[in-house]
Amino acid sequence: MLYVVIAYLWGAILLYLLLGGADFGAGIIELFTTRKNKDRTRKTMYRAIGPIWEANHMWLIIAIVILFVGFPAIYTTMSVYLHIPLTIMLLGIIARGTAFAFRHYDAVVDDMQVIYNRIFMYASCITPLFLGIIAGSAVSGSIDVEATNFADAYIFSWLHWFSVAVGLFTVSICGFLAAVYLIGETDNETDRKRFIAKTKSTNIAAVLSGALVFIAAKVQGIPLTSWIFGNWVGTVAIAGATLSLILLWYLLYRGKTRVLRLLAGFQVTMILLTTTFRHYPKIVLLKGNRYLSLVEDKGHDATISSLGWALLLGSLFILPALFYLIYSFQKKKSNVEAAHN
Amino acid sequence: MNDFIAARSQMALSLGFHIVFSCIGMVMPFFMAVAHYYWLRTNNVVYRNVTKAWSQGVAIFFATGAVSGTVLSFELGLLWPTFMKHAGPIFGMPFSLEGTAFFIEAIALGFFLYGWNRFNRWFHWFTGVVVGISGLVSGILVVAANAWMNSPAGFDYVNGQYINIDPIKAMFNDAWFSQALHMSVAAFVATGFAVAGIHALMILKGKNILFHTKAFKIAAIFATVAAVLQPLTGDISAKDVAQRQPAKLAAMEAHFNTEKSAGLIIGGIPDVKNQKVDYAIKIPGALSFLAHGDFNAEVKGLDSIPPSEHPPVAITHYAFQIMVGLGMTMVLIALLYFIALVRKKSWRESRWLLKLFVLATPMGFLAVEAGWTVTEVGRQPWIIKGVMKTADAVTPMPGIVYSFYLFTAVYLSLALVVTFMLYRQIRMVDKLYDIPADTELPKH
Repeated sequence: MLYVVIAYLWGAILLYLLLGGADFGAGIIELFTTRKNKDRTRKTMYRAIGPIWEANHMWLIIAIVILFVGFPAIYTTMSVYLHIPLTIMLLGIIARGTAFAFRHYDAVVDDMQVIYNRIFMYASCITPLFLGIIAGSAVSGSIDVEATNFADAYIFSWLHWFSVAVGLFTVSICGFLAAVYLIGETDNETDRKRFIAKTKSTNIAAVLSGALVFIAAKVQGIPLTSWIFGNWVGTVAIAGATLSLILLWYLLYRGKTRVLRLLAGFQVTMILLTTTFRHYPKIVLLKGNRYLSLVEDKGHDATISSLGWALLLGSLFILPALFYLIYSFQKKKSNVEAAHN
Repeated sequence: MNDFIAARSQMALSLGFHIVFSCIGMVMPFFMAVAHYYWLRTNNVVYRNVTKAWSQGVAIFFATGAVSGTVLSFELGLLWPTFMKHAGPIFGMPFSLEGTAFFIEAIALGFFLYGWNRFNRWFHWFTGVVVGISGLVSGILVVAANAWMNSPAGFDYVNGQYINIDPIKAMFNDAWFSQALHMSVAAFVATGFAVAGIHALMILKGKNILFHTKAFKIAAIFATVAAVLQPLTGDISAKDVAQRQPAKLAAMEAHFNTEKSAGLIIGGIPDVKNQKVDYAIKIPGALSFLAHGDFNAEVKGLDSIPPSEHPPVAITHYAFQIMVGLGMTMVLIALLYFIALVRKKSWRESRWLLKLFVLATPMGFLAVEAGWTVTEVGRQPWIIKGVMKTADAVTPMPGIVYSFYLFTAVYLSLALVVTFMLYRQIRMVDKLYDIPADTELPKH
């Protein structure tokens, strides 16, 4: 049952990265859209993510519940030493979630919208930036459980070149996912071209910030290159991601939106696979060759087994309903706006 | 303010904030389902407008409740890591199920909010009901987790080790039923009175009378039925607390000395130093009866508990008095409303009854906050009753005070914005929904 729980944890993180990420990305894209096009970007976005918007963020809750029920030592260690970035991420989640609802459901449309929009866009960047910083800190061995002063224990545990680079990489990945997704959600050629252009620029940003991650790793002496290319899974995954990237650029103008989405999803999945596979079952690397492992630091067997059953049972309800939700709103997108007004 | 008090205050603030939104999120769908049902049955467009207007509000409250809930799932670890390290695997079962319930709620809400004119009308109605049911289930599960802290079960604590863990037993601990029942009914009372009060105010102002009257009636009926049931569920809770947490009961009642045929203290100012309560009304034997169902039963006082394990008496006592006082006021209003419905036709339109409802608008939520203060403060100094003290659970990170200030600022501004939006929502009823009552829209 442990492996079921681990699979769900990985799946929840992946889905949050893909769906929640595309969601954050929509805000990032909006921030980097020229003023005259902002309204149209926003409209496309409502149409695209409106109905499933709340559901996209549930994956984070699922992941965190799996962690604190099944792997309490991992959850609490991260909570203690990454308190500050977690708090900033939470503030981002609060700001973004409420601003999205406010701008959508405020009965009066006036200057307040400008404020909601601004909060939404900035929070859409800050939240994935800090998610990336947290992820980067977890694998960089910068958490020092023996630190005796405040700065070493609670600041430099997360504030370093590598984690910030991972943060920037996460932001670009989110923007990229959103841009690819939005291509298929437009109803006219102009917007379509705009999102294709956005796909290219976010993709370049992702490649550049990805390079930055490697440079930062080199500077800090994190053996990232050997982690990734030192085993066949990592090598194959990265090769696959790179090849599919070339294919994606080739297909950009050929109008197969579904294929584009699959390719983008595939790339992100491969990146997550590469970064998690090398150290599995270790999930958090601490300073001084200590680590937290999904196998060694798991909760009691009875807990893991009931958690596994709860997750399996939960999926029986969640997955069909979620698929039907996505399916129904994909079918006749144009009606959403009409129905909403 | 030291870091420990700051951590407790931040937790209290976050919970106090989240409770309001989660209550509304789990109760409003039922109100909407009723209005929606009438719309589908009678084709009276006012009901459709009520449903839609409410659903706009629910969307705002749900989104706010969802993020404040997400924050809480992290705050448990950020503020109380030692607690979560040991308690997580034991009392986590309801949380893992709650994840599912909450997820279903979010999916159903997507169907409901965006589903107008897109699905079979009854399927659409049904998705609204699912929002309510899954919300209610989430609420019950979360309360069951809290109940475990009051009534730890499903493990053995031997030499500082937590062994023989049984998550199912932990979930179905002794307190889960009474707490979940009392809280679920409270959610209906609080939301019902808040919604009814707002609509009553609009009727008094003479705005969109038809719209607000229909809305008022649905909310008022839910609110008053729940208000009348609430003392009964409260009695179950009190008897349960008397059994399991004598210290909490003693603090609630400022009951310092163990005695037979103990009197019920109403109001008053507890004087902890001199072990007495000034200016209180005392009903002889009533506490024994309420706690144990027997006027002569012995009720344990604070003297039977080591002083290091006493909860703060004054706060618990005041909070309990406020909760009961407000609850009883709402029962009274409820009874008057029933009389108006059944017998006195003339009362139904009367302004004084509506004014009473306007006065009662915040009462339910104040009572909910007071009730949670009783539960949480009354459990102190324990975080897991009898097993782990709250002070031993707090994060080692210094500077929590600043985190508390930050969250206070965030939650205050959020509360302001939500109130502001609600105000705008209500003001727009004129423009959005002012359709002559007898106009019937074609069926879709």
